[in-house]
Amino acid sequence: MNAPPKKRYDAGVKEYRSTYWEPDYAVKETDILAVFKVIPQAGVPREEAAAAVAAESSTGTWTTVWTDLLTDLDHYKGRAYRIEDVPGHDDAFYAFIAYPADLFEEGSVVNVFTSLVGNVFGFKAVRSLRLEDVRFPIWFVKTCFGPPHGIHVERDKMDKYGRPLLGCTIKPKLGLSAKNYGRAVYECLRGGLDFTKDDENVNSQPFMRWRDRFDFCQEAIVKSEAETGERKGHYMNVTAPTIEEMFKRAEYAKELKTPIIMSDYITLGWAAHNSLSRWCRDNGMLLHVHRAMHAVIDRNPNHGINFRVLAKLLRLLGGDHLHSGTVVGKLEGDRAATLGWIDLMRDRFVKEDRARGIFFDQDWGSMPGVFPVASGGIHVWHMPALVAIFGNDSVLQFGGGTLGHPWGNAAGAAANRVALEACVQARNEGRQIEKEGKDILTRAARHSPELRIAMETWKEIKFEFDTVDKLDVQHR
Amino acid sequence: MSNVQDYPSRLSDPASRKMGTFSYLPAMSRDEIRKQVEWIVKHGWNPAIEHTEPRFASSNYWYMWKLPMFGETDVDAIMAELDACHEANPGNHVRLLGYNNFTQSQGANMVVYRGDPV
Repeated sequence: MNAPPKKRYDAGVKEYRSTYWEPDYAVKETDILAVFKVIPQAGVPREEAAAAVAAESSTGTWTTVWTDLLTDLDHYKGRAYRIEDVPGHDDAFYAFIAYPADLFEEGSVVNVFTSLVGNVFGFKAVRSLRLEDVRFPIWFVKTCFGPPHGIHVERDKMDKYGRPLLGCTIKPKLGLSAKNYGRAVYECLRGGLDFTKDDENVNSQPFMRWRDRFDFCQEAIVKSEAETGERKGHYMNVTAPTIEEMFKRAEYAKELKTPIIMSDYITLGWAAHNSLSRWCRDNGMLLHVHRAMHAVIDRNPNHGINFRVLAKLLRLLGGDHLHSGTVVGKLEGDRAATLGWIDLMRDRFVKEDRARGIFFDQDWGSMPGVFPVASGGIHVWHMPALVAIFGNDSVLQFGGGTLGHPWGNAAGAAANRVALEACVQARNEGRQIEKEGKDILTRAARHSPELRIAMETWKEIKFEFDTVDKLDVQHR
Repeated sequence: MSNVQDYPSRLSDPASRKMGTFSYLPAMSRDEIRKQVEWIVKHGWNPAIEHTEPRFASSNYWYMWKLPMFGETDVDAIMAELDACHEANPGNHVRLLGYNNFTQSQGANMVVYRGDPV
């Protein structure tokens, strides 16, 4: 028996906070939790702005409607339950919002984000809004698909242990013929890399159709494996204008017995990507994931979605590798924040840690981890820092740092491999590799002329611009 | 072009074959092997030894030398087993593994005695 209904319909506009601000709310284990950085319009109180965000990203609309009374709003509504100052920022505050489990379709990342970052981002009462972190409850994690294989299965399949994996993106990005492109792949792989990679925008342009590229790259893999005795792969990009075309390319890659394909998960679309990750699990195919377009969403510190959220949702959608920033190369990346989200990609349980931008404990259950990929403007001199920052479970990708070697790709690849192994060996011996990096590389170069030349070529190149998207810290 | 060096890797040259982690560095000295054993012990991984005839090196399954040394933390004992495996199988590759039972993977895997490549 229901209790007799108490509410009556009262048309008009009520303040959001009367319904959606509940500072006494006890968070449930099953809730999806989100924290937004909010800058409200002048004159809008914090509680009202936070409640408005909770309402607009869950059940609410701007006015009272009679159909509200046909449902149990208390069961379905999102609630703003906490407000905090943003360190070093007078106008902004953090709004913590709890969403009940029943608001969402099981296993649908698409559904969760259509709510959380839907209409609310254009909402007039807030000047800007940024989704900083999301806590996914274990029921949601368990209903999502996750990485097709994960870090440890990939290590077993590729037979690579005890060190980061090495890759290289083939350049120039666009314009090579398929046969010349395959040549560049072959040279990298025979020189000692584990993987080469299609660039994100290499799909099937007139100068190089996908099928020709796949054929020539596969020959490069087969020959370099015979030559070196090691397992190799080339991320064959199956990103395509339609999902039918995407699956056609994936099926052909499988027919060739290639070990790994890739997608651009943001431009491809999350539903299409999720279908692809399932296909990869079903077909024993590893999946490399590029994040083209992410900076449009995650770079502005006041508006958009923090990359740590994009990384978490990719782990839920499924991918075996994901580009994560390098800290030391040419692309954006704050060190502490990067360390935070690479843990979110790899670990089973990640504790709240504000010093690394992590707002919630996150339990991943048995969901496999994703290899973070460091790529962009890195070369042999960065190797000690990269090994120290990323540890073994990472893919280090040197594009220009391989292809730009004065003796060619094979020599560039060998230089990177020697530098990597020297750093790993030194680390295992207990040495401080970031401090002693120069000495470690210089010694290794004594028996590797390829490394010696690489060190001479790139010794002056550094990328020391300040990071735009920094963690929020008190700076006064 | 006189400054450019050729990369001397050939299908026809067995010396071009590599053997995973650390195979692009010179063979480790006894002292260096010892330090890698210490790394495995320090992490609480279970040391293990495998070997193979070089021409079957591409298989996932090399011959196990006895069983993994579960719980063994004595570096000298592990070194002695590596030597025993090498002496009993002089032409074979011998590799040292560190099984990590939490990740269900191998934290370390390196060839410490290199047979003649084919």
